[in-house]
Amino acid sequence: MTDTTTREKPAAAPERAAKPTGPIGSRVERKEDARFLTGAGQYTDDVTLPHQAYASFVRSTHAHARLKAVRTDAARRAPGVLAVYTGADVPATVGGLPCGWLITGTDGKPMKEPKHPILAQGKVRYVGDPVAIVVADTPVQAKEAADLVEVDYEELPSVVDVRDATRKGAPAVHDEAPDNVCYVWALGDKAAVDAAFAKAAHVTTLEFVNNRLIPNAIEPRACNASYSRADDSYTLYVANQNPHVERLLMTAFVLGLPEHKVRVIAPDVGGGFGSKIYLYAEETVCVWASKLVGRPIKWTAERSESFLADAHGRDHVTKAELALDKDGHFLALRVKTSAAMGAYLSTFASCIPTILYATLLAGQYTTPAIHCEVTAVFTNTAPVDAYRGAGRPEATYVVERLVATAAREMKLAQDEIRRRNFIRKFPYATPVALTYDTGDYEACLDGAMKLADAAGFPKRREEAAKRGKLRGLGYSSYIEACGLAPSNVAGALGARAGLFEAGEVRVHPTGKVTVFTGSHSHGQGHETTFAQVVAGRLGISVDDVDVVHGDTGRIPFGMGTYGSRSIAVGGTAIMKAVDKIVAKGRKIAAHLMEVSDADVEFRDGKFTVKGTDKNVPFAQVALTAYVPHNYPLDKLEPGLDETAFYDPTNFTYPAGTHICEVEVDPETGETKIVSFSACDDFGNVINPMIVEGQVHGGVAQGIGQALLEGCVYDRESGQLLTGSYMDYAMPRAADLPSFKVDTRVTPCTHNPLGVKGCGEAGAIGAPAAVINAICEAIGVKDVEMPATSERVWRAARSAKSGR
Amino acid sequence: MHAFGYYDPTSVAKATGIAADKADGKYLAGGQSLLAAMKLSLAEPSDLIDLGRVAELRGIKADAAAITIGAMTRHSEVAASPEVGSRIPALAMLAGMIGDLQVRNRGTLGGSLANDDPASDYPAAALGLGATISTEKRQIAADDFFKGLFETALAPGELIVSVTFPVPKKAAYVKFRNPASRFAIVGVFAAQTAKGPRVAVTGAGARGVFRVKAMEEALARDWSPKALDGLTVAQSEMQSDLHASAEYRAHLVSVLARRAVAAA
Repeated sequence: MTDTTTREKPAAAPERAAKPTGPIGSRVERKEDARFLTGAGQYTDDVTLPHQAYASFVRSTHAHARLKAVRTDAARRAPGVLAVYTGADVPATVGGLPCGWLITGTDGKPMKEPKHPILAQGKVRYVGDPVAIVVADTPVQAKEAADLVEVDYEELPSVVDVRDATRKGAPAVHDEAPDNVCYVWALGDKAAVDAAFAKAAHVTTLEFVNNRLIPNAIEPRACNASYSRADDSYTLYVANQNPHVERLLMTAFVLGLPEHKVRVIAPDVGGGFGSKIYLYAEETVCVWASKLVGRPIKWTAERSESFLADAHGRDHVTKAELALDKDGHFLALRVKTSAAMGAYLSTFASCIPTILYATLLAGQYTTPAIHCEVTAVFTNTAPVDAYRGAGRPEATYVVERLVATAAREMKLAQDEIRRRNFIRKFPYATPVALTYDTGDYEACLDGAMKLADAAGFPKRREEAAKRGKLRGLGYSSYIEACGLAPSNVAGALGARAGLFEAGEVRVHPTGKVTVFTGSHSHGQGHETTFAQVVAGRLGISVDDVDVVHGDTGRIPFGMGTYGSRSIAVGGTAIMKAVDKIVAKGRKIAAHLMEVSDADVEFRDGKFTVKGTDKNVPFAQVALTAYVPHNYPLDKLEPGLDETAFYDPTNFTYPAGTHICEVEVDPETGETKIVSFSACDDFGNVINPMIVEGQVHGGVAQGIGQALLEGCVYDRESGQLLTGSYMDYAMPRAADLPSFKVDTRVTPCTHNPLGVKGCGEAGAIGAPAAVINAICEAIGVKDVEMPATSERVWRAARSAKSGR
Repeated sequence: MHAFGYYDPTSVAKATGIAADKADGKYLAGGQSLLAAMKLSLAEPSDLIDLGRVAELRGIKADAAAITIGAMTRHSEVAASPEVGSRIPALAMLAGMIGDLQVRNRGTLGGSLANDDPASDYPAAALGLGATISTEKRQIAADDFFKGLFETALAPGELIVSVTFPVPKKAAYVKFRNPASRFAIVGVFAAQTAKGPRVAVTGAGARGVFRVKAMEEALARDWSPKALDGLTVAQSEMQSDLHASAEYRAHLVSVLARRAVAAA
């Protein structure tokens, strides 16, 4: 499915990695796939505990209503029912679900943080808001009893669209925010931007919506919570991307439980895309109720619940302007965005449209002045939080739609306008707070144009025109900030948590290795990639390295998996632990060979006396560490097990160019993706096959956003209209072409692996490439996402009548 | 989903007998709509009468003038049938376009017609070919069968046994899919039959599947896409929803009708 090409360019430019000699850089088959493909995976719903009971949640059927009464008598009397709890049963000592990032507004005040109760108290604020939990012997009994809970709602006017929510007189989602504004925040030099616009030769303006998306992990959210009387402890199995964060937030901020008495296990997890980062109400309620009921409580979301109550993504309304000089050089960028928060602040909601959005607006360009103002708005919808890319797809969409439009308006070729503005000197400090360490944007642009056969496009367009079809080629040169994040920087920007990662490398007496990582894997293939890294460094077989993740009872600590951070931060933590193993091994080997530590080097799995062939293999050192008969016990502890924490010094900056070719049927508006080419720079690549898979998945989701996916709430009633796969269109294989992908490499300068991360790139780059292609094909300035056939047909029709 | 009784009779007589006995029994054919509705508690039948073991409801029989297909014949069987493929290729193609592979392996002709989903494909073929729907007690012309959204001429408990499709001189079905559900946003079945041209439209009408008489008359004079130029359906008669406006659907009816005639 993948075409690769070698490029012809001077040697100074970045190249594809040299042919690997060890596991690092090799297409090692995924160790985890055998169990997934043969049904041996252990997902949360596969976990069955003795005497477990089942939960069903009663959810609000209204977008906004006062809870006049919640009557549970009939439900309590129903067969098999063990307990029914409502918001009124939750003690005052239980806190609300916290938000992990404090944004301070332009007025100097902290963002509004209305309480997010684990079961609705007083009011419900979106369709799907949990009102009560019913616990019963069987799932069917729980569900049938949930239907017997009678809720008296006093319906209140609701608001689901950010534009409606900020109008005067709009219904207030929270009393604490009567204008529905959570915060107004800004970044950049407004005066410099205004001055640049005043002298601009050309200004390109666009107003658009970044459509709300529903994450749709294939495994729905699930949990199984139990309490042990024996040691007053709790165990929570939960489909989650970061079990330590889940535990910290749940114990310290909500339930007030001792952290060391709660074990959180995120076993195999079937996709997250961000939606399983967060601490949700459901698992918190189950943990709380498990002690009261005295039995384990299991809950698995039905797909309808996933649509209603998983945190959604995107949902921006933006006005963006780009000022250019007469030669197409960018002078300034001005962006004003309203971002939906939904009914409550989800775990990282506040930092997505700010810290992960405005800071990326320089893109790959030398734009000297940038100003961005963001208004975060409460709406009567499911909360909005990170979804694959999280802020960076929205930023790329702003920049790349503007760049493409400006090129058309100024009659410049799409590659030419980019080349004129690319950053070429590194490190480069952007006007929006980031410092890019390295990159070669032109190399990726050239690579993508070659994959896409951009030179042959005019011919293809002509051929399509003969068939009555319209072709367009759309470019998107994206950048992302990944490897989240230097904790001190994040802290200064409002993060309430650190963003380091932990890793432990345990060498067993026989030289086999178990790696414990805080980076959870839910589709990324860490069990393979991390094993490759460790095996490569230690000179042992990938099969001799197992990777353990997702269990607070086994892993030292972990901040989890999101923001394409796993290899850059989690992988580096592991490398640091490996370095400690090697350092200790050198001492052991030196003792065995009776030389000084300084004379021993570690190469190809052997500790060798420099300049000689005298050596001790790694396995012998390991055995010696655990059988210390001949061992410097006065200087060295036995054992070979090291832990490291790593806090990055900068973000990483993966970047690349995606080029999409579409063919539009102007009579129906039907749009086909004819080809999609992605040339990315992820720094060094550990496993090209896994990286390509990540790009494929990301691009599929990006195309989904551009063409198919759109969460729609009824503007009057606040009901979710796209609540199932009958109405919410997910991309399928048949909607997509075979992707052409390739990489260029400029190694990251500040981590030992030289890696940048690849998980989100596709979802970040693709939407602008697709929409730019459609606009190019039909000759319009904008088509709203998702670019459904009807929208494209209308746009094509208006373009035709305008010509 | 709530609890229900379950029966799996082996004959039409037994099946209709059980249905007559039950307060709110429902026949279960392929279950591709009914089971989904039950999972969402949108349908809560007291009893399900599974037709999977009724052999007399299955099979495809062809004679010179028509093809008769048993009600429990799966979409995938119709799509793969050499008889249908050679005599009425448009019908085989239509069956092969329904839903996805899993749906086609379970869904049935009779189930689809009895459900009469306004966006489903088979009603367009039945109406477009002038089919006859046979039940355990009578024969119903397609023109008299479809009564609106999810409504048919079937009496309570009445069971479709088979459907007879006259072999047309030529026919084609062109479908514009809903990208989410794969149902038709608009589907047009155009056929030149022994009794003249027929144009049936599914997905678009506010009251379900319908024929476009003006197009049929134009095609009777001149069977060509050009004959349909300027002929439109009234927007006011079209369905408008999240996926497509009435205006767009009306536009698509004209476009797809021309394409169907060209493809036939």
